Amino acid sequence: MLEESLAGAAFYDLEGTLVSTNLVHTLGFYSKRQTTLLQSVTKSATTFLSLPVFAITDQYSRKVFNDLYFKRYKGQSEDRLRYFAHELFEDVIKPAVFPGSYELIEKSRSLGLRQVVITGALDLSVKPLMEHLGITEFVTNRLEFVNGMATGRLLPPVMAAATKAQWIRTYSEREGISLSESYAYTDSMSDLPMLSIVGHPAAVNPDMRLRQTALHHDWPILVLK
Amino acid sequence: MALQLRKKTHESVIYIDRDSAPRIMPSGEDFILEDLPIGTRVLYPNPPIKGLPNREAAIRYALNHPHGCDPLFAQLEPGMRVTVAVDDISLPLPPMATPDIRQTILEIVLDMLEGHGVDDIHIIIANSLHRKMTEWEMKRMAGQRVFDEYYPDRYYNHDAEWADGLIKIGETRHKEPLTLNRRAAESDLLIYVNINLVPMDGGHKSVAVGLCDYESLRAHHDPQTIRDSDSYMDPARSELNRKCVRLGKIVDEHLNVFHIETAINNRMYKGDMDFLLKNEDDFTAFDRMKFEAMRYTMSKLPRPARRKLLHSRPSQYEMIACHAGKTDPVHEKIVAKGFEQYSIPIRGQADILITGIPDISPYNVYSILNPLLVQVMALGYHFNFYRNKPLLKKGGVMILHHPCYDDFDHRFHPSYIEFFNRLLPETRNADVLRDKYEREFANNPSYVEMYRRGNAYHGAHPFFMWYWGENGRQHVGKVIAAGAENSHVPAMLGWERADNLTEAIAMARSYMGNSAEITMLHQPMISIADME
Repeated sequence: MLEESLAGAAFYDLEGTLVSTNLVHTLGFYSKRQTTLLQSVTKSATTFLSLPVFAITDQYSRKVFNDLYFKRYKGQSEDRLRYFAHELFEDVIKPAVFPGSYELIEKSRSLGLRQVVITGALDLSVKPLMEHLGITEFVTNRLEFVNGMATGRLLPPVMAAATKAQWIRTYSEREGISLSESYAYTDSMSDLPMLSIVGHPAAVNPDMRLRQTALHHDWPILVLK
Repeated sequence: MALQLRKKTHESVIYIDRDSAPRIMPSGEDFILEDLPIGTRVLYPNPPIKGLPNREAAIRYALNHPHGCDPLFAQLEPGMRVTVAVDDISLPLPPMATPDIRQTILEIVLDMLEGHGVDDIHIIIANSLHRKMTEWEMKRMAGQRVFDEYYPDRYYNHDAEWADGLIKIGETRHKEPLTLNRRAAESDLLIYVNINLVPMDGGHKSVAVGLCDYESLRAHHDPQTIRDSDSYMDPARSELNRKCVRLGKIVDEHLNVFHIETAINNRMYKGDMDFLLKNEDDFTAFDRMKFEAMRYTMSKLPRPARRKLLHSRPSQYEMIACHAGKTDPVHEKIVAKGFEQYSIPIRGQADILITGIPDISPYNVYSILNPLLVQVMALGYHFNFYRNKPLLKKGGVMILHHPCYDDFDHRFHPSYIEFFNRLLPETRNADVLRDKYEREFANNPSYVEMYRRGNAYHGAHPFFMWYWGENGRQHVGKVIAAGAENSHVPAMLGWERADNLTEAIAMARSYMGNSAEITMLHQPMISIADME
């Protein structure tokens, strides 16, 4: 008996890949919307001054970056974060969607591929965008809250680097997805494991390191801007 | 004595004798000097027909004296919607010295349109599934004035993957669908500006292929159509042409097309590189000096720099005819003029056909001649430059000279890389490739996006390149890649390799016999072997 052929899926990273914003834009948005003016100024200034540290740690290790970055949310109220989520989407994220992202998703969907976003961004900022893009399957990072206040830590599993690839493997086994028939799109070298496990990897708006890797592996390089 | 008599058959046909000079042969970005066996027949490009002294006047005359319809000015009304479609960068080769003929025609036509109160004008590059032209290339082709006025909103590339920008026109009785660029199809008047470099260009192919989508194209860009074309450079015996004519009838039923076609001579180079088109026996001391200077310079440069240098040399073609009006009568006259330039009467097929592969093809402008393109130039273009019967006998040996480097342009040819590395090791059967993989590549979202937003050839394009070598592949008994710097590229393409031309000729003679008739195409050349 012939084996039933498995379906494929398209796995997308989000920030830098489908939208031009990154985690720092979200943090900056929330920093400006604190309970008092003084807090807003202080938080914004601290965020601004942290930018070089974020940049350096991101180059060094995504895990170290995440540890440092999400600490900036410590003490923020969950209600407040969720309250501003829609405004964050309308004002910051929606205008930042690359024009080519819509075409890429539409073409991919027309082939019958499952559309899945795997991102290190926070669930509360990602959900409205997923509704906008019509993507129902996505996995994000989630802040840990205790008594309604963020602890500055993430709930496991933390979506970064190899964890994304691991999640894709588990998901594909569970859903009967063929990885060799699947596509993966990302802009960052830190997502190399995710690109390495599918049959059709592609670098999207890649940084220099990923561009070189894509060239060496003869992977397509897309510019959705 | 026999050799002396044979020398007189045509000015473009030379036979090698004891006193003959070695011949220059392009091999990718290099030029080598080779002594050929005595008796080898060498075909040179015909001398260029003299260009028209005033091409602006010739274009204006054509617009005012069209074939089969009213003059252009008489068809214009204020407020009408007009689209001007132009050939893309694959014509001519190499890109011509500025001003490009298309620039001259565009300036004249646009002035006429504006003078008659037509202001809804779009200029569309009929690139079909070729790569989109870059901004710089578009400016170079249309000239600063047209570019500044129309780019980017009213001067742009055709997009064969933009569903909203396409409209189905109909289908032939053979169920060949035709979907065209919506703007062009819904215009009151479509003006097509063509440059006819080879007899396959122009005619109904211009609109029906240049402005169509993938599904329309795959109906005739298939292995069987190519196998049934004998050759595709001979419109009268080309199945591809017959299909384009069928589609053209649908175009003419639905669109008002005013076709402007031009023929150019074959003055590919002049000045510092004109010696490439000359018989080496007639070289002056200055010609030899120019060749040695070029060879020395090239030898000191890395390959990308050599390529860049060659691509920076524009061709010096001159317009030798311009006709306008309805597609069929216009095309007939232009093709006849083209044959006048290119036709070389030849008696007798060759057992062994030698051709250098220069770094010139419609698909590698400002890019790399990758292995698939080497294949399409050898078994496609150079093989198909004949009328009546192939220059090479059935089962004969084709020797090509090229380094066959495993090098691809990631920006222009991304799907070629996957085709070459993933598909060819599995099969070289064109029918299997088409049935099993063509749609997968055509619909690959990454390739679609790279075609639409970047400058990549369409995902299905490497398949068409493979099919275009199909009648050559079926006819030729053996292909030997001389000068190939590796063994895996020739092996992947189903070829044998030799270190140099001498070794390749010895190999070929071992198959075809020591008395085998050898013919060499003196590249770069565009010609049609008119076989008796």
